[in-house]
Amino acid sequence: MAISPFQQSDMSIGQRLWQINWSFVLLLGITASVGFGMLYSAANGSFDPWASRQMIRFTAGIFIMLVVAVIDIHVWLRYAYAFYVVSLALLIVVEFGGSIGMGAQRWIDLGVFTIQPSELMKISIILLLARYFYASRLEDVSRISHVFVPLILLAIPAFLVLRQPDLGTTILLVATGVVMLFLAGVRVWVFVAGAVATIAAVVPLWKFVLLDYQKQRLLMFIDPEKDPLGAGYHILQSKIALGSGGMFGKGFLEGSQSHLSFLPEKQTDFIFTMLAEEFGLVGGMALIGLYLLLLIYAFAISLRCRSQFGRLVGMGVSTSFFLNVFVNIAMVMGVVPVVGMPLPLISYGGTAMLSLMFSFGLLLCVYVHRDVQIGPGAADGN
Amino acid sequence: MHRDGDRYKTFSRRSIILFGGKIFLLSGLAGRMYYLQVVEGEKYKTLADENRISLKLLAPKRGRILDRFGRPMAVNQQNYRVLLVPENTSDIDFSMAQLGKIIPINTHDVQRAKREIKRRRRFLPIILRENMAWNDVARIEVNAAEMPGITIDVGESRFYPNGTEAASVLGYVSGVSEKDLTGDPLLELPGFRIGKAGMEKVHDLALRGKSGTSQVEVNAFGRQIREMERREGLPGAETWLTIDMELQKFVATRLGNEAASAVVMDVHTGEVLSLVSTPSFDPNIFNRGLSRSEWKELASNPRTPLNNKAIAGQYAPGSTFKMVVALAALEKGIVTPKTRHFCSGEIELGDSTFHCWKKRGHGSMDLVSAITQSCDVYFYEIAKRTGIDRISAMARRLGLGQILDIELSGERKGLMPTRAWKKKVKRVSWQQGETLLAGIGQGFILTTPLQLAVMTSRLVNGGKAVTPHLTRQIVPYNAADPTAPDIPEFKTIGIHPPHLDLIKKAMAAVSNSPYGTAYRSRIKEPGFQLGGKTGTVQVRRITKAERETGVKKNKDLEWRERDHALFVGYAPIKSPRYAISVVVEHGGGSSTAAPIAKDILLEVQRRDPSRGQAKAKAAERRNAPATKQVKKG
Repeated sequence: MAISPFQQSDMSIGQRLWQINWSFVLLLGITASVGFGMLYSAANGSFDPWASRQMIRFTAGIFIMLVVAVIDIHVWLRYAYAFYVVSLALLIVVEFGGSIGMGAQRWIDLGVFTIQPSELMKISIILLLARYFYASRLEDVSRISHVFVPLILLAIPAFLVLRQPDLGTTILLVATGVVMLFLAGVRVWVFVAGAVATIAAVVPLWKFVLLDYQKQRLLMFIDPEKDPLGAGYHILQSKIALGSGGMFGKGFLEGSQSHLSFLPEKQTDFIFTMLAEEFGLVGGMALIGLYLLLLIYAFAISLRCRSQFGRLVGMGVSTSFFLNVFVNIAMVMGVVPVVGMPLPLISYGGTAMLSLMFSFGLLLCVYVHRDVQIGPGAADGN
Repeated sequence: MHRDGDRYKTFSRRSIILFGGKIFLLSGLAGRMYYLQVVEGEKYKTLADENRISLKLLAPKRGRILDRFGRPMAVNQQNYRVLLVPENTSDIDFSMAQLGKIIPINTHDVQRAKREIKRRRRFLPIILRENMAWNDVARIEVNAAEMPGITIDVGESRFYPNGTEAASVLGYVSGVSEKDLTGDPLLELPGFRIGKAGMEKVHDLALRGKSGTSQVEVNAFGRQIREMERREGLPGAETWLTIDMELQKFVATRLGNEAASAVVMDVHTGEVLSLVSTPSFDPNIFNRGLSRSEWKELASNPRTPLNNKAIAGQYAPGSTFKMVVALAALEKGIVTPKTRHFCSGEIELGDSTFHCWKKRGHGSMDLVSAITQSCDVYFYEIAKRTGIDRISAMARRLGLGQILDIELSGERKGLMPTRAWKKKVKRVSWQQGETLLAGIGQGFILTTPLQLAVMTSRLVNGGKAVTPHLTRQIVPYNAADPTAPDIPEFKTIGIHPPHLDLIKKAMAAVSNSPYGTAYRSRIKEPGFQLGGKTGTVQVRRITKAERETGVKKNKDLEWRERDHALFVGYAPIKSPRYAISVVVEHGGGSSTAAPIAKDILLEVQRRDPSRGQAKAKAAERRNAPATKQVKKG
């Protein structure tokens, strides 16, 4: 199939489907299947209620991913700002009208299904920043004034998500945004200055302004292990489950911690623990290996892309994905505080699965349009 | 494209740095995982097993309490309970209403059950009713299908077949309260009972046995998944008491509804054959749990059923104390058997007049006749000369005014006054008039019925310092039947034997001489005769005016104002074996106590296994009960 790089934008749907990186899709399928297995085990050896529904969602996710992938990349470029505005509007709606779920306002009930605007925002912020920097020259980026606007646009949703309160997603948003600024070429000293400024702001605030009980509440928020009967209990049980798995695990469906309900939320946030309990170090490393392969693919796709927009989107998606994986696994091992973040592709959950597949759709879209050059002004319909 | 070059270079370089960072972080996770699963894996495996396996305690069977012949006094009974498992019924009200059609359940029980249901996990059973009758159990079983969630379960609960009759010795078991917790996990088992009074309390640890264990796999909510290993516990030891349950019943019946107590003991071994305090309580109700009104009734009863009068009732000994005064005087040489005093019915000391119970006086009395006829003036006279300190010292040697360490808790000390005691406690000097009152066992002196029985034993057993006990032997589960335990060797209390013989002679005369104050309550059957001493204790002050117009008869007085009736005795006269003390509160004089003591002493001799049954039966026939008693002091 010989398609000239300059013609890629004119490809038919069929041609675009052909261009999709199917080995990446296969890898996604394998990883998701691990999740199905674990959900089957979490229900004590039953497809009901989790594994079967997760399969349907994954199938739907694949469909969405393919649709996103075959849409012309220029469309994503053109509507990036609009996408951001809609996501932001939804976030504000959640702030004032979202239903309460798990003690935090995160959902909008649309009757048929619920959406989680913070998940949408994770994608929007990637598109937004890629759109903002796609045509910027290095000289532009090195001007601090050029960075000011994206920082504001990043700060608004981050603040809204933090208020929900959802610390995990906030950190993820901010970290993804900062990484994209870094990749766009923002000078290193800006990051150093930012870090110093943050510390300079936090330390005196902590020392002189905040009262003891406020500090206590903040510490609780950041480190729930300080609460031995609440989240601290969960993390201890998670470590026990994980550690008792040993090298080869207790066997499929044999995890005593998981099946006797000592492990909390085993079908969502703590599913990695269950995997490590039943399949041991070997099983856990295999899953991390799968994630690493996916990351390598994403890395290669990003580097291979000829447009800065595509590269930024690709690395943005892969970074967001990585952060999700890392925070979740580090959390169940007790390395970072419990912030409530599912394990991508494995944990049970509709919105997270669909938004993740959406972002992988963007990654594949970048791959499909890897040779398309996007010049300045492309966003305006050129 | 060229313009893109720098940008691409920066992007690539920074992407690689970023990707390196990601790999570094993932490696960190892998390292952490290795540390948790391999390096510390064993530790977490242990913790996981501790989570998973719960050690459940199995309550051991409580040891039985038996009387000296092996008759059961406290046993375990199957206890049928109705349980409700909330998760097995969709409508708790419906199930309880259905149950209510078969057995009565009051609203109080329903509310209690509902409160418990709210508090506990839904798979844990709630006890609705205990101690069900068998036919109710059968009716529930038959209708089980119509009552979802209702089940029957068999437990064990303590049962006292003799009810009130042995309560003063056995005590009772009851639920564990906060302050009983010692850290023994057995105590925290729901429904576990421990001894709260009496022998149940004294031997609680031995009776309790050793708990068994059951290893069960549980989930995080405590629901049992399956039993993995079971080790049965060891039932508690059987405790054999010195009590003769048949005699105990006889004594309890004989005391009837009086506020009274009696102690029967072996004068040589100190074995207590019977210890009764009436009215008593049914220990079974403590086990099942007392209602507020039941408790109120017990606690406010003026005849104090909860007070073990045999060990905790403190009474002035009255004339039963005269033997002590006589021995103290004999030892000091103040009197000899021949010493005589004239009783005119009263004696003057300073401004006061001390009266003899016999207004006309006894005339010339020697020691034996003074005891036999209980002459008060004779004892005023010799007490005055002997002095309170010597009398008290003699009383202590005979076991009065001290804790005797019978195993029951709540034993009281009584009081033996001395000059030093009065100075210290009352802050005034001893008055000679008080010595005179002490001479007839009144004034400050206080004794318990148990002490009086011990005193009597020591008087007639050759002056040995016998002490009372209730436990014959504690036999661990599955051991052979107990053999009779060794008779403990008691030290002598150092009283000149001829003096003791004199006292015995006098006590024998009390019951067997026609002049004796207890002649009407004698045992006529040869070989069974008893010796003893009557006692009457005033609980009110007789004013001078009353004395002149004539002292009121007891039957004309309020119950609370009537005299206490006392009797101490022993039998048989030749080679004494049994001692007894009987105290009837407000019984109206020794004429109430003496016949009781006589009947009991006859019964205990009849029951003596070393004697022939036929002989005893003959004695019973010949010994018609005394119908009329004369009040004597």
